[in-house]
Amino acid sequence: MNYQLDFTPVIDGFPDLLWGCLGTLGLALGGMVIAIIIGIGGVILRDSPIKPIRWLVMAFVELIRNTPFLVQIYFIFFALPLAGIFINPTVTAIIALGINGGAYAIEIIRGGVQSIHKGQIEAGKALGLHKGDIFRLIVLKPALRAIYPSLTSQFILLTLTTSIASAVSAYELTSVAQRIESDSFRSFEVYGTVTVLYFLMAWIMMQVFNLISNRYFSYPVK
Amino acid sequence: MGLKEFLFLLRGLQWTVALAAIGFIGGGIAGLFVALARTSANKLLVAVTRGYISVFQGTPLLMQLFVVYYGLALVGLKLDAWVAVAIGFTLHASAYLGEIWRGGIEAVPRGQTEAALALSLRYWSRTKDVVLPQAFKISLPATIGFLVQLIKGTSLAAIVGFTELARAGSIISNQIFEPLVVFGIVGILYFAICWPLSLFGAHLERQFAQGSR
Repeated sequence: MNYQLDFTPVIDGFPDLLWGCLGTLGLALGGMVIAIIIGIGGVILRDSPIKPIRWLVMAFVELIRNTPFLVQIYFIFFALPLAGIFINPTVTAIIALGINGGAYAIEIIRGGVQSIHKGQIEAGKALGLHKGDIFRLIVLKPALRAIYPSLTSQFILLTLTTSIASAVSAYELTSVAQRIESDSFRSFEVYGTVTVLYFLMAWIMMQVFNLISNRYFSYPVK
Repeated sequence: MGLKEFLFLLRGLQWTVALAAIGFIGGGIAGLFVALARTSANKLLVAVTRGYISVFQGTPLLMQLFVVYYGLALVGLKLDAWVAVAIGFTLHASAYLGEIWRGGIEAVPRGQTEAALALSLRYWSRTKDVVLPQAFKISLPATIGFLVQLIKGTSLAAIVGFTELARAGSIISNQIFEPLVVFGIVGILYFAICWPLSLFGAHLERQFAQGSR
């Protein structure tokens, strides 16, 4: 083995990589917001009295969950201009991430809503709680707690998925890395460093999620 | 899009299936050892496998493929692109399957191991005949769920430059300038493989949920 590791391009490009990290977190955050909106909307529509609407939501969930994100983002990337919508690739990526995450969010949120027993709401009424209090304390908080672990790990997964957005040259960490790599040919050094950066981001997100969970959801279950 | 283009996509599909199969089988074998080490009494083995799993679960699959791809070249191994990519998927799958099966092993009631100990079965027999069959049954739905994830994940080999289904789609799309038709068909092909597996996984999950009532 006569290869000398050389991290100079990585050190020189480190500020760019940090900006890339911010880009990644921005994509993830934008994707999460859209995913939650689609998730809540989808759960409401999935219980719609109109059958075709219910089927449409179910078909959307199955279609997104059983095809690769790369194919989805390519499809959206090429479909938007044909529909007369011209936006930059980063926004396209956020939309694609939101649609992808939304399908998973529908399933997760639905599970949380189903976990609330009707008897609990009736018990709240029997205790003379206000309608608003019943929703906030008896429906929303336990439902949020039930879905919190799966929703947050889905968010971390979404953050890692953002690297695929480099395929449509959205602004995020992987595309910054690809630029540094193609200028310097120090592939292993660049991608190794970037892998560590992703790991740190995922780790920090997990710590923050745990902190929130301990603060808001740490009351006894049964 | 003509028949010639469609046949090209099907050849890409063959590679997608082959990559997923290699990753799943190779990752399954390695993942079994990861799961056993992760649930062993040896603190060092537990710490090492815990780190191994969290690295693969905490980084993007695309980066894992890049690092393995360039890392193997760096230590002087001149491998075909598909071998390097297959090694990447195998490592990725070993970590995920290791974690899924760890959960399965830990879900087997302790009494089972204690009973096997009382019958003075040795470690290998306790594991092979008592714990693992039950653990596999418990983890089967999650294992199938991961297989679907792995099949979808093989599309990332396209970014590394290996011609499987997704990259075959890009090539055809650049030739005939009908990206929506091409990626629509590519999506349908992935769906045709993944959806039956997903349905089967969900079916098993319901069955087990009923059985344990």
